[in-house]
Amino acid sequence: MKKLNDDLLDIGGRKFRSRFILGSGKFNLDMTRTVIENGGVEMATLAVRRANAGGMENILDYMPGSITLLPNTSGARNADEAVRIAELARELGCGDFVKVEIIRDSKYLLPDNAETTKAVKLLKARNFIVMPYMMPDLSAARDMADAGADAIMPLGAPIGSNKGLLTREFVKILVEEIDLPIIVDAGIGRPSQACEAMEIGAAAIMANTAIATSRDPASMARAFGMAIEAGRLAYLSGPGRILEHGAEASSPLTGFLEDG
Amino acid sequence: MRDFTDAEDYEQGMEHIDPELMTRVLGRTSDYDPDDYSDRDVLDAISSENVSEDGFGALLSSAAEPFLEKIAIRAREETMKHFGNSVNIFTPLYASNYCTNRCVYCGFNSSNVIKRAKLVGDEIDREMKAISSTGLREILLLTGESRTHSDPGYIADLVSRASRYFSNIGLEVYPMNTDEYRKMHEMGADYVTVFQETYDTDVYRKVHPAGRKRIFSYRFNAQERALIGGMRGVGFAPLLGLSDFRKDSFACGLHAMEIQRKYPHAEISFSLPRFRPFINHEDAENSVTESKLLQVAMAYRLFMPFAGETISTRERPGFRDNIVKICATKMSAGVSVGIGEHSGSEKGDAQFDISDPRNLEEVMNALVANGRQPVFNDYIKV
Repeated sequence: MKKLNDDLLDIGGRKFRSRFILGSGKFNLDMTRTVIENGGVEMATLAVRRANAGGMENILDYMPGSITLLPNTSGARNADEAVRIAELARELGCGDFVKVEIIRDSKYLLPDNAETTKAVKLLKARNFIVMPYMMPDLSAARDMADAGADAIMPLGAPIGSNKGLLTREFVKILVEEIDLPIIVDAGIGRPSQACEAMEIGAAAIMANTAIATSRDPASMARAFGMAIEAGRLAYLSGPGRILEHGAEASSPLTGFLEDG
Repeated sequence: MRDFTDAEDYEQGMEHIDPELMTRVLGRTSDYDPDDYSDRDVLDAISSENVSEDGFGALLSSAAEPFLEKIAIRAREETMKHFGNSVNIFTPLYASNYCTNRCVYCGFNSSNVIKRAKLVGDEIDREMKAISSTGLREILLLTGESRTHSDPGYIADLVSRASRYFSNIGLEVYPMNTDEYRKMHEMGADYVTVFQETYDTDVYRKVHPAGRKRIFSYRFNAQERALIGGMRGVGFAPLLGLSDFRKDSFACGLHAMEIQRKYPHAEISFSLPRFRPFINHEDAENSVTESKLLQVAMAYRLFMPFAGETISTRERPGFRDNIVKICATKMSAGVSVGIGEHSGSEKGDAQFDISDPRNLEEVMNALVANGRQPVFNDYIKV
């Protein structure tokens, strides 16, 4: 069994010990550092549209230097817009990572897989480390992988809903079939749900609203950090088998076989 | 009511849009009876996961009045889920107060004797510089409704100048045609707010006796034309108190909902204007109390949890500071309503008086003290 200490998350050749990616933008900026420290977070997302163009209260000023920034393309409605936003992020000094977020629905904020796949291709050609936010659909995930994605970020439930891992079976299929880190993004509302996603093989969890809407974001960040680690360790340990229908038959069904 | 149309009144050059969406909104509004709800209807709406159209009606009804606290708890939850504790800050710039309409309730009414003026050339830059030097990144450009004194070319010039100083530009001007909105969008504007004032077509006719504004449906379809013209977001509001505020708010919610269904990418927002004392109309009836205003704001929040809500300086500081903890997501700050007032040389009168005279820093400090995060920019032009 791989020990937790040697177990690193590899995204596009960059290694992370922490598997807790923090979403920012729903709590006070001066809480950011505390939440990051409490959760043992090494990567945090950042809405380029919020960091853009100076002004007061710039979120970039509140990110600890040790954090890897994951700028997202929120505000983009198609692939071209996503590329423009990603390039702006690079100009702002946010590094090479980009979370592709292409949304054409202001009500549920569900991602557009087809445009996202296009954007992955365009962004890879521009040497970004590309992490697409997507509806967990196997064909789309394969297309994104073929287009060069460095991780796949399926949603657990509609963003901000705190409803948990509603897409469990589909995320599991991605974990089994796609040879890239599968990072559950959006919808995770409680540490137990984060833990569950990690147990079924998610490579990391992204959370924001669950922490921002808790009464004590610093402690909740810590709880998430612990749950994600526990889930990971459980996954690596291989969870015990569950006997699904009560018991094993007392006289084996295959007892008649005579192989000579 | 169901077959309402005023298409024959259209002036030359006014663009027609299929009235089907409007007919549906007006039809369902005429069926809405705000006095026909029980406590149970209200409680069901509060506890339902997605508030239906009927639930929205219940939340706006008189039966909901005793349940404001319960509704507030639910509204706060939804606001947190969708917006966290962020509050967007912007300021309006009143560029011109010439107006050809005769809205009987308005200080800009063309028959009122007020000091008329508009900013021109360097005056515009001076005002914009003064505003942007405070750190604000979002501006809302306003003019009176005169296609002579503030013609589309003038507004396009305002937008183009604003794009040098601000990252987010909204328009609150007279309704335009699609191609004009497209032009404004190309110059840098991305949000359009048009207040319908009232959705009661009879009252609308009565209080808008002249000017292009008298044509209800041309105004009603403005948001749709703005979206077709490429705008990212559209804002809606009745002027609460002009007619039955419950029915008007109901219609406004349906209007916004139907637009979002037809244009799913559209960012939707509501404003919450109500009668305040106006120049020459100090005696105007102010029937919408703070409780009623909050009730409307919370009903919008539960019906369309993802929509923005703007609270203006027409409300007092104590109201504004608290409503952003429940459902409002955007507020103006550092507001001067007179023409040219930002740079200290007022040349035209204001449309109304404000009730929150605090400067930007004071507003920000109050937000932070209330656990809110002021956001100056949450937008990128792509």
